[in-house]
Amino acid sequence: MIVQQLAFILVLATAAFFIRKRVLLIRNTIKLGKERPVTGRKRERLKNMLLIALGQKKMFKKIIPAILHLFIYAGFLVINLEVLEFLVDGILGTHRIFAPWLGSFYTVLMNVFELLAVAVLLACVFFLIRRNVLKVPRFWTAEMTRWPRLDANVILFTEIVLMTAILTMNAADQVLQTRDSHYTATGSLFFSSFLIPLFENLGTTTLLVIERFAWWFHIIGILGFAVYVTYSKHLHIFLAFPNTYFASLEPKGYINNMPVVTNEVKSMLGLGTSETVTGEPGRFGAKDVNDLPWTSLVAAYSCTECGRCTSECPANQTGKKLSPRKIMMDTRDRLEAIGKTIAAGGEGLNDGKTLLNDYISKEEINACTSCNACVEACPVMINPLEIIIELRRYVAMEESRSPAQWNSMFQNMETSFAPWKFSAADRFNWAND
Amino acid sequence: MTVPTLAELTAKGETPEIVFWVGCAGSFDDRAKRVTKAFVKILNATNTKFAVLGNEETCTGDPARRAGNEFLFQMQAISNIQVLNGYGVKKIVTACPHCFNTIKNEYPELGGTYEVIHHATYLQQLINQGKIKLTDTNSFKGKKITYHDSCYLGRANNIYEAPREVLQALDADLVEMKRCRTTGLCCGAGGAQMFKEPEKGNKDINVERAEEALATGAATVAVACPFCMTMLTDGVKSKEKEEVKVKDLAELIAEAQGL
Repeated sequence: MIVQQLAFILVLATAAFFIRKRVLLIRNTIKLGKERPVTGRKRERLKNMLLIALGQKKMFKKIIPAILHLFIYAGFLVINLEVLEFLVDGILGTHRIFAPWLGSFYTVLMNVFELLAVAVLLACVFFLIRRNVLKVPRFWTAEMTRWPRLDANVILFTEIVLMTAILTMNAADQVLQTRDSHYTATGSLFFSSFLIPLFENLGTTTLLVIERFAWWFHIIGILGFAVYVTYSKHLHIFLAFPNTYFASLEPKGYINNMPVVTNEVKSMLGLGTSETVTGEPGRFGAKDVNDLPWTSLVAAYSCTECGRCTSECPANQTGKKLSPRKIMMDTRDRLEAIGKTIAAGGEGLNDGKTLLNDYISKEEINACTSCNACVEACPVMINPLEIIIELRRYVAMEESRSPAQWNSMFQNMETSFAPWKFSAADRFNWAND
Repeated sequence: MTVPTLAELTAKGETPEIVFWVGCAGSFDDRAKRVTKAFVKILNATNTKFAVLGNEETCTGDPARRAGNEFLFQMQAISNIQVLNGYGVKKIVTACPHCFNTIKNEYPELGGTYEVIHHATYLQQLINQGKIKLTDTNSFKGKKITYHDSCYLGRANNIYEAPREVLQALDADLVEMKRCRTTGLCCGAGGAQMFKEPEKGNKDINVERAEEALATGAATVAVACPFCMTMLTDGVKSKEKEEVKVKDLAELIAEAQGL
């Protein structure tokens, strides 16, 4: 027994080590972002988090995936209670330590877990079919290259395997309860009982091996999955919460002000500046991830690549290169690349690459109509438009390389105070036409 | 048609109830000018005390900000705010969702805080107050009309119902496109796209939207934005369906009232 306990603690410590390393790395890359004070209106922020992250309100715009997703989500939340028992058992060398304490309620609880395990299993099978057989278009657009597609399938497949392990374990356990006093009575477990015929004719030793194997497989699977999640799009299960909390509360049409510019404009117009800005103004707009507000970086890690944004994007729907999902994926890829070199003591941001041009092209950002369809579509309140605007700001103000027609528009506005080339003196002529 | 300017009223020591912000499209674009005039006729007919800025108005800066030129945006914004604050303007009505969004949401932190109303909402208020009375013999009664949500009115500012209520007041048969309200498809002009050719693709957004509007079988496509007006008019034209008219809410109301 003691060997199992030690092995368990070792496995746990290994997982904790890797998870901690990844969490710190992710945190460090997020900290590269520009300051963006998120202050006040805590009640509204909390409400968004509870309704949209916890309550999944925005998922329900598409009812079928919403229900399937709800199964997996509920399964994840509830079955993790069982993992708690796994942890205590693993460390103390006990078996189903909660069973005697909870009595018949334990039976109810285990049956609920099994129901959810079956629901998760079925939902994952449906999701695999939707992705790979029905080929729902948003899972097959240009940015859904090999890794993003594989990532999704790995997650779904792992969940199926983990749920199968639970059911197998419970079935073997129920047979063992009739043979070995170490196996505490759980009462009848509905779903795994269907598997009992597979096991009841096996010898006790074989059963013990099967039950232990399933137990270990499940807990190592879960810990391994927890490490994997930090590398995967699946990180949304945690980051959806902070992301909905930090998301903008302004009307979607609002674009953030640049106080540095306000000061310069006011002094150009001969108006006193109200605030003094100290220190380097930094870049105007964003060329790389460190020019983006940190909230956009949290958003990039929160994206689960569902593609609802892209399937609603008018530019994408009409064959333009822009895909809001790709904007988020590129931002995260860039962060991951920087994080990797920083972890290796390398150059980090100074690797000769930038988010603009090396990851996101001008053609993409120039195609955006700022219609907010992507922002509206995102189930976890990610805002790709904010990144697009920051990149455009860099191109316009630092490079002066906006599309030629935009430069003409700027010129018209400067000379005749309208985006078109009309004389300012003719503005009121309409009244006399 | 009387169009008083704020300068004239101020000189007479008078204050208007509302300032009508015309916008660049409403001032210079021939098609949009007809909307401007229709709205002025409604204001005149309802005895609304209003004023325009005339030559003192300049672009809000919306396309500059969205194209990334924050300097130019703020130059425009701060200059406009100086003019508006100089007159002590309190309430602004505009027929352009882009001007509406910018003045309402982006001017306050630059020192310009006003009550800003889009004309869809204003028309709805006039109808509710009984100032606009539509007879049941108006030419749109029972006719199929579809409404195209402007992004800057809809998703950007959550105004979905006011324009529809205005159309319902016409007693028209309001038919919705497949993509409407929160999922309404953009006309293709927002985010400064109005001022450049679209990027390479396989279709123009306005054509995609025009097809959807035409599929409803509506005789009239109602809009509430001068950019949507241009884009959808071109889209409908490209489908050679010129019998289908693209009209602004103000034009529909003015026409129904015989103004």
